[in-house]
Amino acid sequence: MASLSFDDVSLTYEGSERAIRALDGLTLEVADGDMIAVIGPSGCGKSTLLLLAAGLLAPGQGSVSVGGAAVSEPRRETALILQDFGLLPWKTVAENAGLGLRIRGVPRAEVRARAADALERVGLGDFAHSYPSELSGGMRQRLALARAVALDADLLLMDEPLSALDALKREELQEVLLELWRRRRHTSVLVTHSIEEAVFLGRRVVVMSPRPGRVAAIFENPGAGTSGYRSSEQFFARCVELRAMLVLEGAL
Amino acid sequence: MSETTRTRSGAGRAFARKVLGYAGALAVLLLGWSLLARAVGSPALPGPLIAMETFAGQWAHIWPEILVSTWRVLAAMSIGTLLAVPLGLVLGRSPRADALAAPLIYLTYPIPKVVFLPVFLVLLGLGDAPKIALIALIVFFQILVTARDASKAVPEASLLSVRSLGASRLDLYRHVVVPAALPDIFTALRIGTGTAIAVLFLAESIAGSSGIGYYIVDAWGRIDYPAMFAGIIGMALLGVALYEALDAVEVWATRWRKAGSR
Repeated sequence: MASLSFDDVSLTYEGSERAIRALDGLTLEVADGDMIAVIGPSGCGKSTLLLLAAGLLAPGQGSVSVGGAAVSEPRRETALILQDFGLLPWKTVAENAGLGLRIRGVPRAEVRARAADALERVGLGDFAHSYPSELSGGMRQRLALARAVALDADLLLMDEPLSALDALKREELQEVLLELWRRRRHTSVLVTHSIEEAVFLGRRVVVMSPRPGRVAAIFENPGAGTSGYRSSEQFFARCVELRAMLVLEGAL
Repeated sequence: MSETTRTRSGAGRAFARKVLGYAGALAVLLLGWSLLARAVGSPALPGPLIAMETFAGQWAHIWPEILVSTWRVLAAMSIGTLLAVPLGLVLGRSPRADALAAPLIYLTYPIPKVVFLPVFLVLLGLGDAPKIALIALIVFFQILVTARDASKAVPEASLLSVRSLGASRLDLYRHVVVPAALPDIFTALRIGTGTAIAVLFLAESIAGSSGIGYYIVDAWGRIDYPAMFAGIIGMALLGVALYEALDAVEVWATRWRKAGSR
């Protein structure tokens, strides 16, 4: 069970000059196995929300819990994928994919097997011994995903994971993400600034207000995750609606 | 299969290029030396031919001295590095420890440590200990400052992603901080080789009765200039060998960097 809930969460960063209130009374419930997208203006605390869910930050007020238990430190079954993918240039593709398992003390032989399997699943089976610098942007993103797959994560947190890719690679990887979710049904939280991406990969789209961030609106989008959604009339209509909502909330 | 063959022949080509480069540079050096010796026309500057002849003839006397010097410089650099790397990496990542140590480092770093040679000689005698201690001290400071800056510069995103996997402090050092700082540490070590050998010469020539530095000064005292130059060749070889060995270790220890440049 990896439901995720934010209950009246506030967080202030103590800067050197002035304090910055990143989140202000954010409340959000994500059901186990749901796939949501979070969208909002830059600096609205989207990334902060993920760091809180990952247990890398502690809320100033309120509480964050995963599967009903308060999050106080990084949780074993949570995977976080950052904008720059968080790959380590000094580790091979296979070592990067298995890093989470190694840190968790899984025996080496099992790490190797599970990493190889994860790489196979994201189509990087032939690159196990390469280094990240030898991969293209799209392949690096696949590798970051492989790490999450190898961990067998039930909660996948992604911070604008596809923003560095060109439009074609982006769509291809959105399909990979979707395929992964369909097969594994993990809880998925995707932070993005792309309206199309949010509509394609968010069965609910959380619209955040400008700083300090809180949930401005929730956009129901149950069509996401069904096959052929991207080229359906409904998809385009939903994109237009979401755009209008973002304008209304002052997020665009 | 084809990839390994390609890489291997690529490495072979690189090696051949290196040997050729060294041969060319050596030819230029020897030519310059011989021209200079002829122009100066003093017995204090013999030509390369005589020097190399003497080097070959005196080899039985020279190699034990080179061995002694090699042991001193290797021991000193190892001690300096092993002490400085962990301390520097921790200082770079811990603002509190750094606040305490930084003033001390800034104050002591610019002091030329060579001036402590007499102190070490008085305290540690005339054997290996004062030489090793002095060189280790110098290497220690160079590596300490480099390691500290390198670990400070580790990208926060790399740390964050590994922390999200549940990494302990030790995991962070092992998987992120140490490898990230390795290239800078190796650069400092390579630069440090030059300083280490210079200081070794100074220490061996001032006190003691062994080592290639002593051999040079001893030949000088006997006004045996060809032997003096044979010793200089020996010291130069020691420097080149040390530098190349470090280079080889660096290439192996930071394999990922070569992958990126391909």
